[in-house]
This record gives sequence, C-alpha cells and structure tokens, in this order.
Amino acid sequence: MNLIKATSRLVILTIAFSSAARADAVSKQNFEAKIGYCQDCHGPSGQGYRGFYPIPRLAGQQTEYLENQLRAFVEHRRTNNIMFNVAHNLSPTMIRALATNFRHFNPRPLGGAPKNLVAAGKKIFEDGVPSANIVACAACHGPDATGKDEFPRLAGQIYPYVVKTLSNWGKERGQIPGKPDTSAVMQPVVHSLTKSQIEAVAAYVSYLR
Amino acid sequence: MKLTRSRRAILVIGFAAVFPWAGHAESLAIRNCTWCHGVSAHGYSPAPGLAGQRREYIQNQLKNFSEHTRDNPFSRLYMWGATANLSPATAHGLAFYFSTLSPQAANDGNRELEAEGRSIYQLGMPDSNTAACVVCHGPNAEGVGEIPRLGGLAYTYLKRRLEQWGEGYHAAARPPMPRIASKLSANQIEALASYLSFVK
Ligand code: HEC
Ligand code: HEC
Ligand code: HEC
Ligand code: HEC
Repeated sequence: MNLIKATSRLVILTIAFSSAARADAVSKQNFEAKIGYCQDCHGPSGQGYRGFYPIPRLAGQQTEYLENQLRAFVEHRRTNNIMFNVAHNLSPTMIRALATNFRHFNPRPLGGAPKNLVAAGKKIFEDGVPSANIVACAACHGPDATGKDEFPRLAGQIYPYVVKTLSNWGKERGQIPGKPDTSAVMQPVVHSLTKSQIEAVAAYVSYLR
Repeated sequence: MKLTRSRRAILVIGFAAVFPWAGHAESLAIRNCTWCHGVSAHGYSPAPGLAGQRREYIQNQLKNFSEHTRDNPFSRLYMWGATANLSPATAHGLAFYFSTLSPQAANDGNRELEAEGRSIYQLGMPDSNTAACVVCHGPNAEGVGEIPRLGGLAYTYLKRRLEQWGEGYHAAARPPMPRIASKLSANQIEALASYLSFVK
C-alpha cells in the first residue's frame, strides 16, 4: 500500500514537474530541494504544523490561491516576515511548480480542534449569519470547502491558523492602500464575525476532508 | 532566578498532586535525575538542563530513551539505564516538575558567533533552504508543547545534538529536525549553539 502511494506520488511529482520544466529552467534538483524546504515547515505532505506559530496546510490548496499569496508576501500586501524571506527569491516558474505540486497532496486533516464547536460552525458555514448580514461561506468557498481558483480551500485547514487569520485579517492582508487585492472580498465577512463564531467555523472546516 | 519559598510550596503541591506517593520518595526520584542534570536541573555536562523544558517534550524524550529510539552514545550510556524502570506515572510527574523550574542560561557559547546564530535562528537561510527556527521554537527559543525550549541550553550539548542528526542518530525523531539539521554546516551549527546558549 505504501509502495502504491509512493509510486503514485512520484508520478504526480513527475507530471507537475515536467510541465513546469518545459516553461523554463527549474532543475529537478532545485525543485526537490525547494519543496523539501517548504515541507520542513508545512509538514511532509503539506498537512500543516502547530509550531510556536501556526503553519497552514497547503495540501489540496488551489494553485491560483497559492500563487496569489506567494506574490502577496513578496509585495508586502500580505505581511508575514517568515514567508517574505521564504518567497522573495523564488522565480515565477518555481512558484508555479511548487503551487501545482501541493495541489495533489491529500493527507488527513491534523485535527485537534474543539469538537463541541463543530455543529455551530457547520451552520455558519452553510447558512451564514443572516442577522449580521454574513453570507454563507459555502457561497464562495464551495459546499465542501475545497475552494476554486483564487477562492481558497478551507477543508482540513488547521484550527489555530484559521482563528488567527480571521481575527487579524485587516492587519495582515491588503496592506498596500492603493493596491486592493482579492483579500478585500473577505473584509465584510471578517468584520462582522464574533470571536466565538470564528472559533466555531474554524473548528468545523478543520475536520473536513 | 531563585525560587521563592511560596513558589516552591506551590510546586510541591502541584507535584504531590501528580505523584501517588508524595512526600519523602518524591525528592528521592528527583535527586536520581539532578545527580546528573545538576543543581536545580540547570545542567551539568554532558547532561543538559531540564529546568523550564516543555513537559510534553520531556515525556516524549523519556519514552524515546526507554524505547531506545534516541540512540546516540551519551543517551545509550546514561539515559537508557535511567529510564529502564521508570513507570509512566513517574515519568509524567518528573516531566511536570522539571517543566515548572526556572531555566538558567548556560552562557558558554562563542560571543563572536552570536549575531550569525541569531540571524539563522530568526530569519532562516532561504538561499540554502534552511527553515527559520523561530517559527517552531518561538521568538525567545522557549518552545511549546512537543517542541523543546532551546534557549540557555549548553553550547556543547546543542552542538552535539545538531551534529548527531546529520550523522544519522535519532533518525526516528519527529520531523523535521533530522532533515533541517543535516543541511547545516559545521560553522552554522557553532553559530546557532553559541547564540542559543545566551538566550534567557
Ligand atoms: C520557516 C517555516 C516556513 C517555511 C520554510 C515555509 N513556510 Fe510557508 N508559511 C509559514 C508560516 C508560519 C505561514 C503562515 C503565515 C501567516 O500566518 O500569515 C506560511 C504561509 C504560507 C502560505 C499561505 C497559505 C495560506 O493558506 O494562505 C503559502 C502559500 C506558503 N506558506 C507557501 C510556502 C512555500 C511554497 C514554501 C517553500 C518554498 C514555504 N511556504 C516555506 C512558514 C513556512
Ligand atoms: C464573497 C466571497 C467570500 C465569502 C462569502 C467568504 N469568503 Fe473567505 N475568502 C474569499 C476569498 C476571495 C479569499 C482569499 C483572500 C485573499 O486572496 O487574500 C478568502 C479567504 C479566506 C480565508 C483565508 C484562507 C487561508 O488559507 O489563509 C479564510 C480562513 C476564509 N476565507 C474563511 C471564510 C469564512 C469562515 C467565511 C464565512 C463566514 C468566508 N470565508 C466567506 C472569499 C469569500
Ligand atoms: C547518569 C547520568 C544521568 C542520570 C542519572 C539522568 N540523566 Fe538524563 N541525561 C543524561 C545525559 C548525559 C543526557 C544527554 C543525552 C544526549 O546527549 O543525548 C541526558 C538527557 C536527558 C533528557 C533529554 C533532554 C533534552 O533536552 O533532550 C531528559 C528529558 C532527561 N535526561 C531526563 C532525565 C530524568 C527525568 C532523569 C531521572 C529519572 C535523568 N534524566 C537521569 C544523564 C543522566
Ligand atoms: C517545523 C518545526 C521546527 C523547526 C522549523 C525547527 N525545529 Fe528544532 N525541533 C522541532 C521539534 C518537533 C523538536 C523535537 C524533536 C523530538 O521530539 O525528537 C525539535 C528539537 C530540536 C533540538 C533538540 C533540543 C534538545 O533539547 O535536545 C534542537 C537543538 C533543535 N530542534 C534546533 C533547531 C534549530 C537550530 C532550528 C533552525 C535551524 C530548528 N530546530 C528548527 C521542531 C522544529
């Protein structure tokens, strides 16, 4: 079983890699060293990691979203020192190759979120909070939270990261005033969510496969 | 930092709560460890400081020693024996106790390498694909949960640990340390160990 898994992963790697390599030169060796570097923090299968700071899941994430965010870090539209350092020297071809690659990982969610919040979170995700004018998350992130293009996958995203992200949205994203980006779409949503609603919806999505 | 009397009293109470056989035997069990790990568990070469180390991390390591997956020479020589007859309850109690003590920085690194070590620790080295340690070990190298405190550990201990992963010891450690450490050069290891020995 492990062999089959390993083989199919190898094939996926090869496909992702050869399509990138055709565009221009990212050597296999450089690509593998770089993806290993991402995995040192984001986990061997991109499942995310609870470090001193939460390190998000990248597995199964939309390629467009990943590329967008890597550019946002480099341009300081999204503030994060760690990821600025990681991303500032990546070529566009390398970014594409890495983003394509994580799309194909499919590990189990890390888990660990408070289970008693899941039911309330499901309700918010599917129906929104009409009394506070909050649109259902499913409307943009998809009914199974797997996202599409620049709408990120939320399924399996680690709990502390989602809580932190929704709580700090306005301080971390869209940080260049004259240069609005896709993060503006989430602003009205996060503006109206309470702390306990954030925790509930974060717990719910963290368990989705 | 010295423990005040009241802090010590609280510790003893906390400790008694996890130990089924509180009182006399408790101090004996601790002395079995501090005999090597130094007064107040501040470290005594080659045994590292345990004071202020993370509880979950200590527990994991005690398990690794008793299952012989932490297999470098000093671990084999000293800790395999020290954990051979440790019950899970005792291991839990000791891990809790040591995690509540105040750490003390060893301060024994090379000051000239401190700045380079800090830079690798805080920023990583993107060009050579070395992850910034701070993301997992924290801004003051304080650790969290299963991720150990590194701040204030002895230079020789840190250096040895980082070298040994590259040499293939302790390969069963939870990721990512074997991979991260094996990418570090000898100079980078010395710089990191120096910096960390000064962190309070
Ligand atoms: C030193 C640890 C570390 C390394 C190495 C690292 N990352 Fe990250 N990454 C993080 C942290 C921490 C965050 C969360 C940032 C935040 O809180 O906004 C993150 C966030 C991201 C995000 C945003 C994800 C999202 O859901 O919005 C992307 C994309 C990303 N990293 C890609 C990569 C890629 C690709 C690599 C390898 C080239 C990599 N990272 C290497 C620590 C790391
Ligand atoms: C109108 C569309 C829309 C709705 C409704 C919406 N989102 Fe989003 N969401 C987005 C977009 C677009 C992004 C990507 C933002 C960016 O590029 O910075 C995003 C990003 C996120 C992120 C960051 C993901 C990551 O990996 O960092 C989280 C978390 C999130 N949304 C949660 C929610 C929750 C919870 C709800 C419901 C309460 C919700 N969203 C409703 C469009 C939407
Ligand atoms: C005979 C001396 C000796 C005794 C007794 C001893 N230790 Fe150790 N201990 C060591 C040495 C030496 C090391 C370093 C091993 C290495 O280099 O990998 C160590 C390492 C450790 C570590 C790993 C620390 C880290 O940062 O990874 C823990 C935890 C530990 N000891 C706990 C204990 C406990 C609890 C006891 C009492 C039950 C104990 N030790 C008794 C000598 C000893
Ligand atoms: C993605 C998270 C992560 C990153 C990044 C990371 N570490 Fe670690 N580190 C760990 C974990 C988890 C352990 C515990 C390993 C175990 O349980 O055996 C550890 C253990 C250690 C230890 C052993 C401490 C002891 O008491 O014996 C040292 C030394 C260490 N790391 C140094 C570093 C350095 C230096 C860096 C940066 C170059 C770094 N780490 C980056 C997660 C990380």
